[in-house]
Amino acid sequence: MPAKIRKIIVQTDEVRVEMGRDVQPPVRKALAMAVIENPCAGRYVENLDELIAIGEELGGLLGARCVQALGIEPGQAQSYGKAAIVGEAGELEHAAAILHPKLGAPLRVAVEKGAALVPSSKKMGGLGTAIDVPLGHKDAAYVRSHFDAMEARVADAPRANEIVVAVVVTDSGRPLPRVGGLTVSEIKGVDGLR
Amino acid sequence: MIQIRRVFTHLEEIRHEFGPVADVPLLRGAIGAVLTNPFAGRYEPDILPMMDALQDVGLDMAQRLLKAMSVPAERIETYGKGAIVGAAGELEHGALWHVPGGYAMRELLGWKGDRNAYAKGQAEEKTGQPANALSIVPSTKKVGGPGAALDVPLTHINASYVRSHFDAIEVRVPGAPSADEIVFILAMTTGPRIHARVGGLKAADISQWNGLR
Repeated sequence: MPAKIRKIIVQTDEVRVEMGRDVQPPVRKALAMAVIENPCAGRYVENLDELIAIGEELGGLLGARCVQALGIEPGQAQSYGKAAIVGEAGELEHAAAILHPKLGAPLRVAVEKGAALVPSSKKMGGLGTAIDVPLGHKDAAYVRSHFDAMEARVADAPRANEIVVAVVVTDSGRPLPRVGGLTVSEIKGVDGLR
Repeated sequence: MIQIRRVFTHLEEIRHEFGPVADVPLLRGAIGAVLTNPFAGRYEPDILPMMDALQDVGLDMAQRLLKAMSVPAERIETYGKGAIVGAAGELEHGALWHVPGGYAMRELLGWKGDRNAYAKGQAEEKTGQPANALSIVPSTKKVGGPGAALDVPLTHINASYVRSHFDAIEVRVPGAPSADEIVFILAMTTGPRIHARVGGLKAADISQWNGLR
């Protein structure tokens, strides 16, 4: 069963000036969210394959929406993250089913490569609940300039029987990174860590 | 006078709200530009120069919003605008957006009126459908902290009384405005509420072309 999507929200955030200093080029993040019906709401369901399949579908859809919103080629994507907010008639494990088994593979296709783990967060919530989607570099998780987050929130979701699924893709790191650590130029991109 | 720190866009593609699924989803969009407030922290009697300086900001934002929505201008059916002023500013600074914010979208959507008369708040007499974007652009504003939410009102672009198109879109920019910032907002949509059914003037029945009915 394909995901029953009620609405899709796409946001972009472009920072040009931080603390009075020009950010050149501007740092840009895109967030895509789908508000879906939770097919397992209201009862205990042992087998979560249906949600796992929905995760696979949304990984591709939301990843592509982010790349499109940034107006970049997939290979220009630099960091990513994912998250889900489960409405109160669901359970936290539903978010895990969507996010962890199969969402990553099509997302990695959408951003080309993606050797690193996709950082994630999940929670139960009501209408307008905000979740901070963690971000990390897509090819090397230890790149310190790209540790970041983007706040995701839908004013009228999730209803009790809904789930908000969020994916963030960026073409840059934090605006003025200067706390050292592994840099983009040092990425080997083999093991997903460095 | 103009320093744009950040630009935030927000799009919603609404397929249904627990009723019949729309053949073409309703698209709602908003753009927020986070500007440095040049008047923060003091009372400045003459703030009007900023209104002129904002004209180009408004036009650029309107064009960016339409581009982000990926639809032709002909598909835009409602609009609205707003401002959130950071804590070191005053509500009146948000009011600077009335002319440049409204004018920007109206020109983009096909308004043919007199820009100078518009800036002075003078109405015009029209007969027949002279152009598009005849309605006043509804607006709201507030003083707020970082992440404050603003419900931006939306109405039909040609007749304010079209009931199916009375709507609002919540806009907030996480982290903005800080005390010395203002968020200026524009919003547009491609149609009525997704399951509009409370009667009143229909868009198809607009007849007076006076921006109201």
